[in-house]
Amino acid sequence: MSTINSMKLTIEAKSQNESFARSVVAAFFVQINPTLEQIEDVKTAVSEAVTNCIVHAYNGAQQGTIEIACSLTEDTLTVEICDFGIGIENVEQAMKPFFTTTSTGERSGMGFTVMQAFCDNVCVTSSKGHTTVKLVKKVA
Amino acid sequence: MEVYTNFEGNNLVFGLIGELDEHSAPFVRKKLDEKIEQEDFNDAVLDLSRLSFMDSTGIGVIIGRYKIMKKQNKRLYVRNPSPTVDKIFKMSGLYEIISRV
Repeated sequence: MSTINSMKLTIEAKSQNESFARSVVAAFFVQINPTLEQIEDVKTAVSEAVTNCIVHAYNGAQQGTIEIACSLTEDTLTVEICDFGIGIENVEQAMKPFFTTTSTGERSGMGFTVMQAFCDNVCVTSSKGHTTVKLVKKVA
Repeated sequence: MEVYTNFEGNNLVFGLIGELDEHSAPFVRKKLDEKIEQEDFNDAVLDLSRLSFMDSTGIGVIIGRYKIMKKQNKRLYVRNPSPTVDKIFKMSGLYEIISRV
Protein backbone atom coordinates (compact mmCIF):
# COMPACT_ATOMS: atom_id res chain seq x y z
CA MET A 1 0.00 0.00 0.00
CA SER A 2 1.33 3.46 -0.83
CA THR A 3 2.48 6.04 1.71
CA ILE A 4 -0.11 8.77 2.29
CA ASN A 5 1.92 10.89 4.70
CA SER A 6 5.28 11.03 6.44
CA MET A 7 7.17 13.10 8.99
CA LYS A 8 10.58 13.32 10.62
CA LEU A 9 11.48 14.52 14.07
CA THR A 10 14.93 15.06 15.55
CA ILE A 11 15.28 15.36 19.31
CA GLU A 12 18.09 15.49 21.81
CA ALA A 13 18.53 12.34 23.88
CA LYS A 14 17.14 13.93 27.04
CA SER A 15 14.59 12.11 29.19
CA GLN A 16 12.28 15.15 29.24
CA ASN A 17 11.83 14.65 25.48
CA GLU A 18 10.29 11.17 25.93
CA SER A 19 6.81 12.46 26.60
CA PHE A 20 7.09 14.90 23.68
CA ALA A 21 8.27 12.16 21.28
CA ARG A 22 5.51 9.67 22.11
CA SER A 23 2.84 12.41 21.99
CA VAL A 24 3.99 13.63 18.55
CA VAL A 25 3.97 10.11 17.09
CA ALA A 26 0.55 9.43 18.62
CA ALA A 27 -0.83 12.68 17.17
CA PHE A 28 0.52 11.75 13.72
CA PHE A 29 -0.98 8.23 14.01
CA VAL A 30 -4.47 9.67 14.68
CA GLN A 31 -4.79 10.52 10.95
CA ILE A 32 -5.62 6.89 10.09
CA ASN A 33 -8.27 6.58 12.82
CA PRO A 34 -6.72 4.15 15.28
CA THR A 35 -8.63 3.05 18.39
CA LEU A 36 -7.68 4.57 21.75
CA GLU A 37 -6.04 1.27 22.68
CA GLN A 38 -3.91 1.33 19.51
CA ILE A 39 -2.83 4.92 20.26
CA GLU A 40 -1.80 3.90 23.79
CA ASP A 41 0.08 0.89 22.41
CA VAL A 42 2.07 3.13 20.05
CA LYS A 43 2.83 5.66 22.79
CA THR A 44 4.16 2.89 25.02
CA ALA A 45 6.28 1.26 22.28
CA VAL A 46 7.78 4.62 21.19
CA SER A 47 8.56 5.46 24.82
CA GLU A 48 10.41 2.15 25.20
CA ALA A 49 12.50 2.74 22.07
CA VAL A 50 13.36 6.34 23.01
CA THR A 51 14.26 5.23 26.56
CA ASN A 52 16.65 2.65 25.09
CA CYS A 53 18.38 5.40 23.09
CA ILE A 54 18.76 7.64 26.14
CA VAL A 55 19.72 5.00 28.70
CA HIS A 56 21.70 2.49 26.62
CA ALA A 57 22.82 4.00 23.29
CA TYR A 58 23.98 7.25 24.90
CA ASN A 59 24.59 5.74 28.34
CA GLY A 60 22.36 8.23 30.16
CA ALA A 61 24.59 11.17 29.23
CA GLN A 62 21.50 13.26 28.32
CA GLN A 63 23.13 14.20 25.03
CA GLY A 64 23.18 12.79 21.53
CA THR A 65 20.61 12.81 18.74
CA ILE A 66 17.53 10.66 18.19
CA GLU A 67 15.82 10.69 14.80
CA ILE A 68 12.21 9.55 14.54
CA ALA A 69 10.76 8.97 11.07
CA CYS A 70 7.08 8.06 10.67
CA SER A 71 5.09 7.07 7.63
CA LEU A 72 1.46 6.18 7.15
CA THR A 73 -0.38 4.06 4.65
CA GLU A 74 -4.17 3.80 4.86
CA ASP A 75 -3.97 1.15 7.58
CA THR A 76 -0.39 1.09 8.90
CA LEU A 77 1.93 3.30 10.91
CA THR A 78 5.66 2.68 10.57
CA VAL A 79 8.01 4.38 13.05
CA GLU A 80 11.79 4.24 12.71
CA ILE A 81 13.73 5.39 15.75
CA CYS A 82 17.46 5.88 15.11
CA ASP A 83 20.34 6.73 17.39
CA PHE A 84 24.06 7.16 16.78
CA GLY A 85 25.24 5.68 20.06
CA ILE A 86 27.21 2.61 21.12
CA GLY A 87 25.12 0.05 19.22
CA ILE A 88 23.74 -3.29 20.40
CA GLU A 89 26.34 -6.06 20.35
CA ASN A 90 23.88 -8.94 20.25
CA VAL A 91 20.39 -7.92 19.10
CA GLU A 92 18.88 -11.38 19.61
CA GLN A 93 20.02 -11.45 23.23
CA ALA A 94 18.93 -7.83 23.84
CA MET A 95 15.40 -8.68 22.73
CA LYS A 96 14.96 -11.47 25.28
CA PRO A 97 12.66 -10.67 28.24
CA PHE A 98 14.45 -9.44 31.37
CA PHE A 99 17.77 -8.96 29.54
CA THR A 100 19.56 -5.79 30.60
CA THR A 101 23.16 -4.60 30.39
CA THR A 102 22.63 -2.18 33.27
CA SER A 103 23.21 -3.49 36.78
CA THR A 104 22.10 -0.28 38.49
CA GLY A 105 18.91 1.76 38.24
CA GLU A 106 16.32 -1.02 38.65
CA ARG A 107 16.03 -1.81 34.93
CA SER A 108 13.33 -4.35 34.15
CA GLY A 109 14.85 -5.55 30.88
CA MET A 110 11.34 -5.58 29.37
CA GLY A 111 11.68 -2.77 26.82
CA PHE A 112 11.82 -4.86 23.62
CA THR A 113 9.29 -7.33 25.02
CA VAL A 114 6.81 -4.48 25.55
CA MET A 115 7.49 -3.14 22.03
CA GLN A 116 6.84 -6.61 20.58
CA ALA A 117 3.65 -7.04 22.60
CA PHE A 118 2.29 -3.62 21.63
CA CYS A 119 3.21 -3.59 17.91
CA ASP A 120 2.51 -5.85 14.95
CA ASN A 121 6.17 -5.99 14.03
CA VAL A 122 9.46 -4.87 15.61
CA CYS A 123 12.73 -4.96 13.67
CA VAL A 124 16.10 -3.95 15.11
CA THR A 125 19.27 -3.34 13.14
CA SER A 126 22.41 -2.24 14.92
CA SER A 127 26.09 -1.64 14.40
CA LYS A 128 28.55 0.49 16.34
CA GLY A 129 27.40 4.09 15.98
CA HIS A 130 23.97 3.40 14.48
CA THR A 131 20.89 1.56 15.75
CA THR A 132 17.45 1.60 14.15
CA VAL A 133 14.32 0.24 15.77
CA LYS A 134 11.43 -0.13 13.35
CA LEU A 135 7.94 -0.40 14.82
CA VAL A 136 4.91 -1.32 12.72
CA LYS A 137 1.34 -0.86 13.94
CA LYS A 138 -1.72 -1.72 11.89
CA VAL A 139 -5.15 -0.27 12.55
CA ALA A 140 -7.10 -2.92 10.65
CA MET B 1 4.33 13.91 38.04
CA GLU B 2 2.86 13.93 41.51
CA VAL B 3 2.88 11.40 44.34
CA TYR B 4 0.42 11.70 47.22
CA THR B 5 0.01 9.51 50.26
CA ASN B 6 -2.80 8.88 52.69
CA PHE B 7 -3.81 6.22 55.17
CA GLU B 8 -6.64 3.74 54.91
CA GLY B 9 -6.69 2.20 58.38
CA ASN B 10 -3.14 1.00 59.01
CA ASN B 11 -2.33 0.72 55.33
CA LEU B 12 -0.54 3.39 53.32
CA VAL B 13 -1.94 4.45 49.95
CA PHE B 14 0.40 5.91 47.33
CA GLY B 15 -1.37 7.77 44.54
CA LEU B 16 0.57 8.36 41.32
CA ILE B 17 -0.65 11.26 39.19
CA GLY B 18 0.78 11.83 35.70
CA GLU B 19 3.17 9.83 33.55
CA LEU B 20 5.71 7.34 34.88
CA ASP B 21 8.68 7.05 32.52
CA GLU B 22 12.45 7.40 32.51
CA HIS B 23 12.15 11.12 33.20
CA SER B 24 9.80 10.96 36.19
CA ALA B 25 11.10 7.66 37.66
CA PRO B 26 13.85 9.16 39.92
CA PHE B 27 11.32 11.55 41.51
CA VAL B 28 8.73 8.80 42.07
CA ARG B 29 11.37 6.44 43.50
CA LYS B 30 12.60 9.11 45.92
CA LYS B 31 9.10 10.08 47.09
CA LEU B 32 7.99 6.49 47.67
CA ASP B 33 11.21 5.53 49.46
CA GLU B 34 10.96 8.54 51.78
CA LYS B 35 7.42 7.58 52.80
CA ILE B 36 8.26 3.87 53.15
CA GLU B 37 11.07 4.85 55.51
CA GLN B 38 9.22 7.55 57.48
CA GLU B 39 5.70 6.22 57.90
CA ASP B 40 4.48 3.55 60.30
CA PHE B 41 2.17 1.24 58.32
CA ASN B 42 1.24 -2.40 57.72
CA ASP B 43 0.95 -2.81 53.95
CA ALA B 44 0.86 -0.35 51.04
CA VAL B 45 -1.37 0.12 48.00
CA LEU B 46 -0.33 1.87 44.79
CA ASP B 47 -3.40 3.66 43.47
CA LEU B 48 -2.91 4.00 39.70
CA SER B 49 -6.30 5.53 38.86
CA ARG B 50 -4.68 8.84 37.89
CA LEU B 51 -1.56 7.39 36.27
CA SER B 52 -2.13 8.26 32.60
CA PHE B 53 0.98 6.55 31.24
CA MET B 54 3.56 3.99 32.28
CA ASP B 55 6.23 2.11 30.32
CA SER B 56 8.64 -0.63 31.41
CA THR B 57 10.64 1.88 33.46
CA GLY B 58 7.64 1.78 35.82
CA ILE B 59 7.98 -2.00 36.17
CA GLY B 60 11.50 -1.47 37.54
CA VAL B 61 10.32 1.25 39.94
CA ILE B 62 7.48 -0.90 41.30
CA ILE B 63 9.60 -4.07 41.65
CA GLY B 64 12.24 -2.00 43.46
CA ARG B 65 9.70 -0.77 46.04
CA TYR B 66 8.26 -4.30 46.37
CA LYS B 67 11.76 -5.59 47.26
CA ILE B 68 12.34 -2.86 49.85
CA MET B 69 8.98 -3.55 51.51
CA LYS B 70 9.46 -7.32 51.38
CA LYS B 71 12.58 -6.95 53.52
CA GLN B 72 10.37 -5.19 56.08
CA ASN B 73 7.75 -7.99 55.86
CA LYS B 74 5.26 -5.60 54.27
CA ARG B 75 3.18 -6.25 51.20
CA LEU B 76 2.59 -4.02 48.19
CA TYR B 77 -0.67 -4.05 46.22
CA VAL B 78 -1.93 -2.12 43.17
CA ARG B 79 -5.38 -0.88 42.29
CA ASN B 80 -7.18 0.88 39.43
CA PRO B 81 -4.63 0.54 36.62
CA SER B 82 -5.68 1.84 33.18
CA PRO B 83 -6.22 -0.89 30.54
CA THR B 84 -2.77 -0.18 29.02
CA VAL B 85 -1.01 -0.24 32.40
CA ASP B 86 -2.94 -3.43 33.23
CA LYS B 87 -1.61 -4.94 29.98
CA ILE B 88 1.98 -4.11 31.00
CA PHE B 89 1.43 -5.67 34.43
CA LYS B 90 0.02 -8.83 32.86
CA MET B 91 2.68 -9.28 30.18
CA SER B 92 5.57 -8.63 32.59
CA GLY B 93 4.27 -11.09 35.17
CA LEU B 94 4.11 -8.33 37.79
CA TYR B 95 0.77 -9.63 39.10
CA GLU B 96 2.55 -12.81 40.20
CA ILE B 97 4.29 -10.86 42.97
CA ILE B 98 2.06 -7.79 43.39
CA SER B 99 -1.66 -8.47 43.69
CA ARG B 100 -4.35 -6.22 42.29
CA VAL B 101 -6.96 -5.25 44.88
